[in-house]
Amino acid sequence: MSHYSIFSLARNALSRHENWSEAWRNPEPRAEYDVIIIGAGGHGLGAAYYLAKEHGITNVAVLEKGYLGGGNTGRNTTIVRSNYLLEGNAHFYEHSMKLWEGLSRDINYNVMFSQRGVLNLAHTDAQIDAFQRRGNAMRLNGIDAEFLSVEEIAARVPLLDCSPQTRFPIRGGLLQPRGGTARHDAVAWGYARAADTRGVDIIQNCEVTGIDVNGGRVNGVQTTRGAIRAAKIGIAVAGHSSQVAAMAGLRLPIESHVLQAMVSEPLKPCLDTVVTSGAAHLYVSQSDKGELVYGGDLDFYNSYAQRGNMPRVEEVAAALLSLFPAFSRVRMMRTWGGVMDMTMDGSPIIGKTPIDGLYLNGGWCYGGFKATPASGFCYAHLIAKDEPHPTATEYRLDRFLRGAMIDEKGMGAQPNLH
Amino acid sequence: MSESSRVAGGLVDRTKPLSFTFNAQQLTGYAGDTLASALIANGRRLVARSFKYHRPRGIFTAGSEEPNALVQLRRGAYQEPNTRATVTELFDGLEVTSQNHRGSLDFDLMAANDFIAPFLSAGFYYKTFMWPKAFWEKVYEPIIRASAGLGRLSGAPDPDSYDKGFLHCDLLIIGAGPAGLSAALAAGQAGTRVILADEDFLLGGRLNAETHEVDGKLGSHWAAETAAELAALDNVRTMPRTTVYGAYDHGIYGALERKTDHLATSGDKPRQVLWRIYAKRAVLCAGATERPIAFGNNDRPGIMLAGAVRAYANRWAAAPGKRVAVFTNNDDGWRSAVDLAARGIEIAAMVDTRDIAPLAGLPGALIAMGARVQDTSGRGGLRSFTLSGGQKISADCLAVSGGWNPNIHLTCHQRGRPVWRDDLAAFVPGADLPVGMRVAGAANGALTLGASLSEGWTAANEALDDLGVAPAGAAKPKADDEPAAISAFWHVKESSARAWLDLQNDVTVKDVKLAHQEGFRAVEHLKRYTTLGMATDQGKTANVAALAIMAECTGKLIPETGTTIFRPPFTPVPIGALAGRARGKDFRPYRLTPSHKWAADQGAVFVETGMWLRAQWFPRDGETHWRQSVDREVSQTRASVGICDVTTLGKIDIQGRDAADFLNKVYCNGFAKLPVGKVRYGLMLREDGIVMDDGTTARLGESHFVMTTTTANAVGVFRHMEFCRQCLWPGMDVHLISATEQWAQFAVAGPNSRQLLQKIVDPDHDISNEAFPFMACSEITVCGGTPARLFRISFSGELAYEIAVPTRYGESLMQALLSVGAEFDAVAYGTEALGVMRVEKGHAAGNELTGQTSARNLGMGRLVSKKKDCIGNVLSERAALNRENGLSLMGFRPVNRSDALSAGAHFIARARNAAMENDEGWMTSVAFSPSLGHSIGLGFIERGHERKGEVVRAVDLVRGKDIEVEIVSAHFVDPEGARLRV
Amino acid sequence: MIINHPLLGPRDAAEFTYLGDATLINRPDWQAEDAAGKFHEYLYLRDNPAGEHRELWFHEQGDRSWLVVTRNTLTHEITKVELARDVALAAGRDK
Repeated sequence: MSHYSIFSLARNALSRHENWSEAWRNPEPRAEYDVIIIGAGGHGLGAAYYLAKEHGITNVAVLEKGYLGGGNTGRNTTIVRSNYLLEGNAHFYEHSMKLWEGLSRDINYNVMFSQRGVLNLAHTDAQIDAFQRRGNAMRLNGIDAEFLSVEEIAARVPLLDCSPQTRFPIRGGLLQPRGGTARHDAVAWGYARAADTRGVDIIQNCEVTGIDVNGGRVNGVQTTRGAIRAAKIGIAVAGHSSQVAAMAGLRLPIESHVLQAMVSEPLKPCLDTVVTSGAAHLYVSQSDKGELVYGGDLDFYNSYAQRGNMPRVEEVAAALLSLFPAFSRVRMMRTWGGVMDMTMDGSPIIGKTPIDGLYLNGGWCYGGFKATPASGFCYAHLIAKDEPHPTATEYRLDRFLRGAMIDEKGMGAQPNLH
Repeated sequence: MSESSRVAGGLVDRTKPLSFTFNAQQLTGYAGDTLASALIANGRRLVARSFKYHRPRGIFTAGSEEPNALVQLRRGAYQEPNTRATVTELFDGLEVTSQNHRGSLDFDLMAANDFIAPFLSAGFYYKTFMWPKAFWEKVYEPIIRASAGLGRLSGAPDPDSYDKGFLHCDLLIIGAGPAGLSAALAAGQAGTRVILADEDFLLGGRLNAETHEVDGKLGSHWAAETAAELAALDNVRTMPRTTVYGAYDHGIYGALERKTDHLATSGDKPRQVLWRIYAKRAVLCAGATERPIAFGNNDRPGIMLAGAVRAYANRWAAAPGKRVAVFTNNDDGWRSAVDLAARGIEIAAMVDTRDIAPLAGLPGALIAMGARVQDTSGRGGLRSFTLSGGQKISADCLAVSGGWNPNIHLTCHQRGRPVWRDDLAAFVPGADLPVGMRVAGAANGALTLGASLSEGWTAANEALDDLGVAPAGAAKPKADDEPAAISAFWHVKESSARAWLDLQNDVTVKDVKLAHQEGFRAVEHLKRYTTLGMATDQGKTANVAALAIMAECTGKLIPETGTTIFRPPFTPVPIGALAGRARGKDFRPYRLTPSHKWAADQGAVFVETGMWLRAQWFPRDGETHWRQSVDREVSQTRASVGICDVTTLGKIDIQGRDAADFLNKVYCNGFAKLPVGKVRYGLMLREDGIVMDDGTTARLGESHFVMTTTTANAVGVFRHMEFCRQCLWPGMDVHLISATEQWAQFAVAGPNSRQLLQKIVDPDHDISNEAFPFMACSEITVCGGTPARLFRISFSGELAYEIAVPTRYGESLMQALLSVGAEFDAVAYGTEALGVMRVEKGHAAGNELTGQTSARNLGMGRLVSKKKDCIGNVLSERAALNRENGLSLMGFRPVNRSDALSAGAHFIARARNAAMENDEGWMTSVAFSPSLGHSIGLGFIERGHERKGEVVRAVDLVRGKDIEVEIVSAHFVDPEGARLRV
Repeated sequence: MIINHPLLGPRDAAEFTYLGDATLINRPDWQAEDAAGKFHEYLYLRDNPAGEHRELWFHEQGDRSWLVVTRNTLTHEITKVELARDVALAAGRDK
């Protein structure tokens, strides 16, 4: 495995790029591993990487039914932020932010993390009050947060309509300067390469068809490529958590919903900040390629179809123009859908299950991509030590039974409203 | 420049010359031209620069699959970047500029990228730019971003308007080429409702580009006659300039109709219309797209798809070259040579990868069988090319055909998987089509004319059969099947120069091989790693060849390697068209209160609450700051009487024998025994035990209640109650009607409120304190017989009423109240004063009822009855919702009375650090209390009810404030409630 | 999507508001043994099937009927639409 650097790039350019090695191996599954991770998305691959790096557990297989990074890791709008209100989330997402800040060098793969700032727009007095509360909570947690005036916003995001002529005039905004975007595919590829380098077997085209449970303990999985034994199994298949958990007889506080994302034709740079608006149900950024990448709400009905319908696309377009009237003549180039684990309180689950040795990482709702590094890190900790990482203690599966929901939006037990 | 390359014939209207500019150069064309055909007719070859390497590029296709010829149209706020010249209809005065270059199009400084291309291999950015850390964002990324992107935004709001519409039909036919026209004839003549849509402005599809005959007529003539025949049928709607861009669930299709893009201005018409088409059945007749063969330097201007070359010659009478060669692996490529020769264009060579020629030789042309084009030369445009044997041939146009890919895009929009056909060397639609869809003609792999006509006809008749409509029995159009044999050939292995696959994103054969070498072998990995197929053309000309090359690398068959799958939209759709009329102030509707016009006349300042616009305060002459107005409104209400429009509160009319029992279940506090003529405060929980809403409910009769909800939750509470009624307790005799908009409602508050009301309440209704005490309600009449409802309830803490009249009397009632209230100096007050008074009284509102608050947090834990079944009571008992150190709603006042409190500040004990581990709660709402003369606040703090009198810090790091506050009762004014009962 | 309303005929899904799994009709008895556990299961846990799903839709922009729609979550095909009230009554729910 060659180390990536400007020198390796130059050396390979001179040899016409004919000597690059494979980014990862494609091993045959062995009969037994110490740990099996189901799902080679960012979270599963990250967990495998940190199991190897932080805990010295390298006899690990990551099983993937399709190709690695083929789920939501490569289907999101790439926003990274840690501007959460509730304590259960704040520590975890800030942990993630810190890992993001060193990620490219840690895994020797440029994930193009770009801290261009994430701006939440406030349109009402009540929102301003809520943003101040959140901004203060962030600051008390040592997380960066600034409240911007309309004038400051107009200067920072010139194409944003800050006039009173809009339907929901902008009154201010909460900026997290360290928020930004990253290149989503690179996160999966980078973790895969780094985990592979440390000896993890990433096994693509290997679908788990059953989980073997004996006497309340897990001891292996059945797959389309045969049975594989392991005393510890971690599920990391957000979008399809219910399906895999059902193999072990578990029902989860999760529904699967489709979230569409949209991307425009590429434009010369015109938007340098990630802008989100709760009132308009919108988030938008401009990619390094120049495309506007944007999205809004779920399609609202349970779905595993990885595609959406017209009304949401039109709604989100209208929301985008309500903030950025200059985008009207830009064309939307592509839409796609991702299947989202939506939980009953809008927050994720990283925890033990009632079955010994079986762990669950899922329920990522809208927050999965930005969580990737900490999710992998905390999941590795949980699997290695059989106890939650300090920043992820609130994500336990039993929190609904205890009444300890982490409901940032206050929507209650209706997954599609989070 | 003149129209140096215009030849005879074609479907352009030479009686209508048009002038246009390209990079300020004046050029001419004719009606019927596209921008691309006019540029070709004018001999213009270099029209664009590629995305990554800024390579010179020319027109490559004659349709919406164009990867190269993206330009900017128009100017100022009308500027339209990234527009394909090949589908831009020419009009007089069109202004065109090229894009994505620094300096001129001919001498693009960014073309330097091409010289360092060896470093910029697929995925190069993942492997570097990591050191030093800060450099990625500060140095590398800005460079990458500036050189990426294509066109530029004007930055101005779009002056054009857009519309939306809904259409219904029995049969939607997508594409008006031979298959589509044939299908439309069959269905149209049978009398069923047909929509025939095509992205082109001229119906006929490839018939207009070919010289084939249908029913003994030239294809384009037959198409024109058929289009006219269809237009004469009332049951057929033909929609040219309309792209059906997406296939959605249950037979719903998205379509974009370009209404004015071919005109100099839109006038007062919408520029485009976004249609949602509901079709019982659909036939996809979207044709096929030609694909190139990859070889060294195959991206020079002048190298084009063979079918496009003859389309320009046949349809637009524009010769893409003076000396044209063809490079093909199939019979169809030969047709380009034949057609061009027939128009007097010199054919330099016919290069076919196959060994046996399908036709006798072409006069004057070199015929090279089993041959391959290895490299080309010509700066800024093709001058010659070299065969793999080394032979150099001069030509200014090379027409390339690697075969045709059926346009299966819409068959994949619901994740249908195409299947591979070896005989066509192409993917055709699989069996898992969108419901109700059939595919016919070239889109289905019927790549010859006779078969296309026949398939279209058959598909329409099958659809008629489904719909139970008898066919008309007319004659099916007929044509011969032209030779179409192909031998798959994807790229010229001998080429050492870069061979391009995705022309827009600059992806080469070598990039695909590199992806393979590095393990990015799944189709999606290949696309994402190399960016192949991710450009504005979505890889319409590139994807299959790339897949074939990957298959070659892995030693697998193409279908084993993967399939190409497409996502909507078929071609990009302007965001403005998707938004339609929902823009600017019209993004969402406004709801206006009955007194809105009156309030506006008074000069009220309005605020959004949900969809509503409500009066926030009523400034008077001489008041320069909003606080002056609000303080006056509060003081005058507390001193005498004030009136506020509270119509926005949700109102739900509840009737039925079981209405009382029903309320007893949806509210957590008791309602079964509420007497007629009384109002009660109600607290509503969600099933998870968290507060959903609160309000008051009045019992007007034994089986008749009226509930009010908060403004914000009106819709949700009604939905929830219907859920309870229909799904949980369907046996109850209870009915619900939302009456929010049927009743105008006003709060009349203050010590003089009764006296004021007595002046308008009709005399047979006694509203004295004895007859109509606190929490009484009644149906009454006012102003001489106007029906009204009166509730003695108070949000302000004063003696107060809410009075409701049918909405149409609302504005009059407001005026009447203020008019008779003149003697008390009655004031109208807005939401701001309302808010101040409710904070003074300690009532929870939106800032407190966040969906995270329990009854216990509000100090109302005892209200949750444990003696009855009600929504939320079981789960409200969970441990974490009942912790001893839970949050309680308390009042706060600044220790230094001149300090202003701020909402969102967090509470920290005096001796502790401002850090989250010491966080004890937060301030939810603040107000300046004119009654007390200082700032007051409400907030949640741990164990608040035990801590009255304690001083803590309200830390507001965001605004740089840190002040001491005292925990007090939330009831700042009249805590005993004496004023309510006088 | 199009929902074939049992009383009103085919209607665009955009007229409706979605709630979730139709098992939300089966609200447990508040006095049952382990009511807390039963309510937890009722409110929070879902089968979340990839395939046929019975689910609740509210005709918010229409006649305010709650419907039980049987829809495939993989294909979105709708095979049955019933009035939720009828479903609830058939399940023995009353007052």
